[in-house]
Amino acid sequence: MPVEIDIAKVASLARIALSDEELRRYGEQLGAILEHAERVQQLPTEGIPPTSHPVPMTNAFRDDVVTGSLPAEDALAGAPEAEDGYFRVPPVLGDS
Amino acid sequence: MSDPADLTIKAAGDAMRAGELTSLDLTEAALERARITESHLHAFLTLDQAGAKEAAAAADAALAAGEDAGPLHGIPIALKDNMCTKGIETTASSQILSGWIPPYNATVVDRLSAAGAVVVGKTNLDEFAMGSSTENSAYGTTRNPWDTDTVPGGSSGGSAAAVAAGSALGAFGSDTGGSIRQPASLCGVVGMKPTYGLVSRYGLIAFASSLDQIGPFARSVEDAAVLLEAVAGFDIHDATSIRGDVPNIRGSLSEGVAGLKVGIVTELSTTGIDPEVREAVVQTVNELSDAGAEVVDVSLPSCEYGLSAYYLIAPAECSANLARFDGVRYGLRAAGSTTEEMMAATRAEGFGPEVIRRILLGTYALSAGYYDAFYGQAQRVRTLIRREFAAAYEDVDVLVAPTSPTTAFPIGERTADPIAMYYADVCTIPMNLTGDPGISVPVGLDSKGLPIGFQVMAPALGEERLFQVAKAVEDIAGFTARAALATSEVVQP
Repeated sequence: MPVEIDIAKVASLARIALSDEELRRYGEQLGAILEHAERVQQLPTEGIPPTSHPVPMTNAFRDDVVTGSLPAEDALAGAPEAEDGYFRVPPVLGDS
Repeated sequence: MSDPADLTIKAAGDAMRAGELTSLDLTEAALERARITESHLHAFLTLDQAGAKEAAAAADAALAAGEDAGPLHGIPIALKDNMCTKGIETTASSQILSGWIPPYNATVVDRLSAAGAVVVGKTNLDEFAMGSSTENSAYGTTRNPWDTDTVPGGSSGGSAAAVAAGSALGAFGSDTGGSIRQPASLCGVVGMKPTYGLVSRYGLIAFASSLDQIGPFARSVEDAAVLLEAVAGFDIHDATSIRGDVPNIRGSLSEGVAGLKVGIVTELSTTGIDPEVREAVVQTVNELSDAGAEVVDVSLPSCEYGLSAYYLIAPAECSANLARFDGVRYGLRAAGSTTEEMMAATRAEGFGPEVIRRILLGTYALSAGYYDAFYGQAQRVRTLIRREFAAAYEDVDVLVAPTSPTTAFPIGERTADPIAMYYADVCTIPMNLTGDPGISVPVGLDSKGLPIGFQVMAPALGEERLFQVAKAVEDIAGFTARAALATSEVVQP
C-alpha cells in the first residue's frame, strides 16, 4: 500500500513553495517510493547498531594554527545581494 | 586510428616523452573531437578552450625544460560539473547555481593541476548528481556515443560520454550510488569508485556525504589507476579523509588472477538482470577461472534491501546538504516579501523535479515520528550489508557482479517512473553503503551493439587487488570496440 503522508507539511519543512497540483503529484510519487523503501522494515534488526558512516572515525582534528581564509569580497561575489560586507536578505519577519 | 584523441593516457604520455606529440597537439585533438561531437552528445556544460590550450602550452614548456610532473603531465581531462573550479562556472546542472563562479578549487582540481593535467571542460550530470541517465540535467540531456537515441547513464553521464567519444583522455566523476560505474558500463569505458575517504570531497558539491566519492573514468584500467593515484590521499580540508598512507594502486597490476579467489554475488547477478548481461558476466567469470582463479558463488541476502535502504539514506542526507541553497549566499534568488518566502520561492524555482522529490523524501524520512522506522532502520540495514560483505571477504579476495542490470536504455523510457530509474543502480549501491571500492570494466557488446560492464568489488583500501583483477578482466575480455560516434564518418571522414 502506498504510504500516506502530509505532503504540505513536508514541503513546508523543506522550504519549497509548491502549488496544490505539485503537492498532489509529489505526494503520490513519494507514497509509491516509500512503499518500496518500507521493505527495509522486513529485516529483523533488533540489537543491530546503525551505520551513519562507512569509515569508523571520531573527531578529526587539525593543528590550531592560523592560516589564510577566503577574503570577504570573494565570499560575497556570488551572492544575489550584498551590502557593506554582508549578505542582504528581505525582511526576516513579515508584517503580521 | 591515428588521431591523438583516441590514445590512452599511457600511449599519449609515451608519445609525448618520445617527442612525437605535444600536449598542445593532444589538447587540440580532444577539443576538435568535442567540437565535432558535441552537437550529437552534449557531454559538456563548459568547454574551456583558451584555458586548456594555455595549460597545454605550459605543460609543453615545462617538459622541454626537463620538468616532468608524472603520467598525467599534459593530458587533457574533463571534470564533472559538481567539482568546484576557481573562475570557471560550476552549476551541478542545476538552475539554482546558474552562473555561479566558485571562489576556490576542489582539492582534486588542485591535485590534478599539480600533476600537470589539462582540464578541457566541465561535464553534464543529473542535477546535483541525482539520477541514472543524465536526463535530470537542467541544461539538457547527454546522449550515449554508442547510440545517440539512448542514455549515457548517470549521474556522471557527461564524463563517461566525453571519454568514450574522445573529447578527453580521462575524466572524473562522483559516485553516490553508482554514478561513475553505471555510466562507465553504459558508455563502454572503465569507471572506478574508490574506497570512501581515499579521495578528498573538499569542493565537491555534496549530495549524500556518507556515500559520495570522487573517482576516475578512462579507456583502460591502467589509465584509471594513474588518474586515481594523482588525486588519492589525505586532505586536511575533508574531515572524512582517511589519514595514513595511500594504498598501493598499480603495484600488482600485471600479476593476473592465478591463485585468487573470486566470488560472484548471487543476489546481484540473477533476478532482474538482462539475460545478455548475465551471459557476458558468466562468460567472463568462466574465463577468470580458466586463467587460474578459484570461482565460487557468494550469497549476500541483505543486498536485496540495499536499494530500499539507499533511497532513504541518500535522500535524508541530501535534504540536509541542499538546505544551503536558499538564495542568500550564491546562485538564484526569487522574489519574496520575507526571507522565508524568498527561500521557499527560490528553491521551488531553482530545483528540478527529481531534486525536489528527493528533498521531500529525505525531509519526511527524518521528520519526527518517522525517523526510526525509515532512516534509523535503513542505517541498521546498512550495518547488516556491511557485515555480510566483510564476512564474504574473509573467504574471497574480490567479489564480482554485473555493473548495471541492462545496457543503455532509450532516452525518455524511464523518466516518468522514478522507481524504474532507481533500479539502474541496484548492482552498484551496495559498495556505497559499505564504503568499499568498485570498478566497472567493459567486457563485450549486446545484440544491439551496446557495451556491457563487469563489476569488480574489493574490501576497503583493497585498491591494489581491485585493479589487479580489473586488469585481468580487461586482458581476458579484449574489449577493443569504440563508440559508434568516435569511429563514425562524422569524426573520422
